[in-house]
Amino acid sequence: MIGVSVLKRTRYVPLDTETPIMGAGGRVDGAVGGWVGWARWPGVGLAGWQSGGVDLTPTAPPLRPPENRVDPRAPRWWTVRAVLAVAAALAVQLVALAGTGLGWLVGTLVVTAVVGAGYAVVMPRWRYRIHRWEADEEAVYTLVGWLRLEWRVAPISRIQTIDTALTPLQRLFGLATVTVTTASSAGPLRIEGLDADEAARLARRLTEITQSHPGDAT
Amino acid sequence: MSDPRPGAPEVPDGLVPDGLAPDGTAPDGLAPDGLAPDGSTHNGPSPDHPAHDGPFPDEGAASTAASTAEAAPHGRRPRSAAEAAPHGRRPRSAAGVAPEGVAPGPGLEGGGPEGGAWLRLDPRVLAVFPLRQAGALIPLVAVLLISGQGQGAWQLLGALIPVAVVLAVGVSKWATVRYRVGGERVELRGGLLHREQRSLRRDRVRTVDLRANPAHRLFGLTVVEIGTGTSSTKEGRLSLDAVTVAEGERLRRLLLDRSPGTPHTGTSHTGTPHTGTSHTGTPDTGAREASAPEAGAGAVGRPSDPGVTRVPPRDAGTEVARLHASWLRYAPLTASGLVAVGAVVGTAFRVANDAGVDVASWATVHAAGDELDAVPLWVGVVALVASVLVVAGLGSVAVYVEGWWGYRLTRESDGTLRLRRGLLTTRSLSVEQGRMRGAEVAEPLLLRLVGGARCAAITTGLDAKTSNRGALLPPAPLAEAHRVAAAALLLADPAAGTDAPLVRHPPAALRRRMTRAVAPAAVLTLAVWALNDVLPGFGWSWPAALLLPPAAALLAADRYRNLGHSLRAEYLVISQGSLVRRRVALQRRGIIGWRLRQSPFQRWAGVVTLDAVTAAGAGRYSVVDVPLARAVELVDQVNPGLLPTA
Repeated sequence: MIGVSVLKRTRYVPLDTETPIMGAGGRVDGAVGGWVGWARWPGVGLAGWQSGGVDLTPTAPPLRPPENRVDPRAPRWWTVRAVLAVAAALAVQLVALAGTGLGWLVGTLVVTAVVGAGYAVVMPRWRYRIHRWEADEEAVYTLVGWLRLEWRVAPISRIQTIDTALTPLQRLFGLATVTVTTASSAGPLRIEGLDADEAARLARRLTEITQSHPGDAT
Repeated sequence: MSDPRPGAPEVPDGLVPDGLAPDGTAPDGLAPDGLAPDGSTHNGPSPDHPAHDGPFPDEGAASTAASTAEAAPHGRRPRSAAEAAPHGRRPRSAAGVAPEGVAPGPGLEGGGPEGGAWLRLDPRVLAVFPLRQAGALIPLVAVLLISGQGQGAWQLLGALIPVAVVLAVGVSKWATVRYRVGGERVELRGGLLHREQRSLRRDRVRTVDLRANPAHRLFGLTVVEIGTGTSSTKEGRLSLDAVTVAEGERLRRLLLDRSPGTPHTGTSHTGTPHTGTSHTGTPDTGAREASAPEAGAGAVGRPSDPGVTRVPPRDAGTEVARLHASWLRYAPLTASGLVAVGAVVGTAFRVANDAGVDVASWATVHAAGDELDAVPLWVGVVALVASVLVVAGLGSVAVYVEGWWGYRLTRESDGTLRLRRGLLTTRSLSVEQGRMRGAEVAEPLLLRLVGGARCAAITTGLDAKTSNRGALLPPAPLAEAHRVAAAALLLADPAAGTDAPLVRHPPAALRRRMTRAVAPAAVLTLAVWALNDVLPGFGWSWPAALLLPPAAALLAADRYRNLGHSLRAEYLVISQGSLVRRRVALQRRGIIGWRLRQSPFQRWAGVVTLDAVTAAGAGRYSVVDVPLARAVELVDQVNPGLLPTA
């Protein structure tokens, strides 16, 4: 169980440290395969592409990942989801095989099973190491993905709605998803795999914060 | 468990959640306590009853959505989490549209006595409606008259029935439809079979467009489209079909006027148009609060006075751009001709079919077919392509002339940008400056070859993708496009907007363009080579396929050449694309969020894609393949301190 998150002055701080929560930067740089050192990219190729007298000297300090991990039960949920997806793919092929008796379907079946098993084993763990979120009185900030990474940041003043939702599968694990919608058609920010209670608290807290930022959020 | 902000449930993407009025009143008849900020009704999943909140216990998505569903029956219902998760978007519902069946709350001005009188559409619409339907009816009537089975009188009766129905529908529409402009709302109700009741909050009205087809113009009428900024949903619009041109003009000026003292609130643009840019986003709150007291006083009109509020004085506006005859040279190079030709041919065939004419049986067609059989295949192909090109070119010119005849872009004294155009069907489009989030100059390849470009506004409430919505200029010289874009954004110099000098992207971006273009082309070439033996008669395809990789490389080089970005004082400028080269100037304060994406390949190349998320236009605009440090720097310069940095 992840600890109760209480919004202090600017960001959520875990009270219960039963599960270690990553600090700023810290282990992440070295922890995720292929992702190592992304924060140290400043300077890569910069000298080669200055043009038009525009000053390209990096002025911003390097990005750090969001502070909080998702609930430790999330990998289990992702595993079940992956297994279900793979099972569905296998079932379709089995039915096709039974119906047609085509020999090459056996080959695709085996490939699906092997790739699917690898996916179900690797993806949830990998995802768990990457998925992070942070919310303070300025912005909501997320990092999701496993092969493709995606950082999202939405200023609080631009948030339109905050929703929480549980799929039946999520409820099985006591998890929930918080969806933060802005006025854009580019899609909402989503923090999935939070402890259900924590998600509700986060949503309530964010709602309160957003209420203090009236405006049309566009 | 959804936790929308009060008032938010009826707010579509991109709109002002006016439910957040500082005094906490919910304007749309929603009981505010249903959405109390204390969270008491949020029904978060508590350990005690995790699965029993909301009427759909099995679906798990509980919620305030459920409670709002009762109040806002716009097809809103609690979505199951399973449904919600994949797309996660709130169901769009109308902007301040009071749905049928929801009685306006007692505090609503629109329903109160201070609202304007209910007005009818112009009676001349009775003549227009049959005229417009006549085109569709002619084939039907003709078929019934010519090929009808019955005897004379019955035959005539059969033909008259559809006509009578059309007339009856027109009369009933005119007789039942009423509209009025109240102090706070614009309302429309009526319809006999299809009953309709619409109500838009005046402070959410963003566009008032006038459109008149030839039938309308014959009778001096115009269709008024009132939009609230929801780009695509029907609920956010209100259409008056039709009123007199003078009435349409009055409505346009009345509803778009943002000068202080008018009953609705919002950005004010009087006098100095430059203030427009400083009123986007959250800062309007002050204005809203300030003018709220005036709303009561200003809104009160005599019930007998249909105007309700004073109409701002008519003005000609200052001209920003007008049509030049020489621009016609760009017309054949637009794709609209092909589309138009297809539409015309399709319609012709359909009408001919309806009328019972069998096109394929025409002797001439047969004769042409016979002659074509006699000539070699390639002659036929060349002739066909040439004729299609000629017809499409002529069609494009026709579409250009019809669409852009009399084009004028003006800046009205109230700060709105107004575009007028059209030969047969005239159109007038007004864009409130406070909604402008940027501009785009696009150069499709053909136009680019002759130095032409298009220019469109990036605004909330207009969908940049739908054909001409947002277009500020017909295809025109590139410099003119940049100039109009700058003028639309109130910039003195195009170099501060779309014509800014750009920062080139790193060499990794070139490598990625090359890989992504050449690799598929090479695979395709290899596939053709492998199939060469299998497909006899396509011996020429193998050498032809050899041209693919070089062509792809050229495309990739051009794509890289066009990649670039620049951060100006007020705008983020992004350039990309080859087949359609686009320059986008996006207002910094119009950016409502950021997204950084990185695929494994980008990770190897050491670059990311930075998306500037906005409520307007395409929703997001991408800076492709920049080093992460540059991306972070861009975000930090636009929104200092937003990204948590180490």
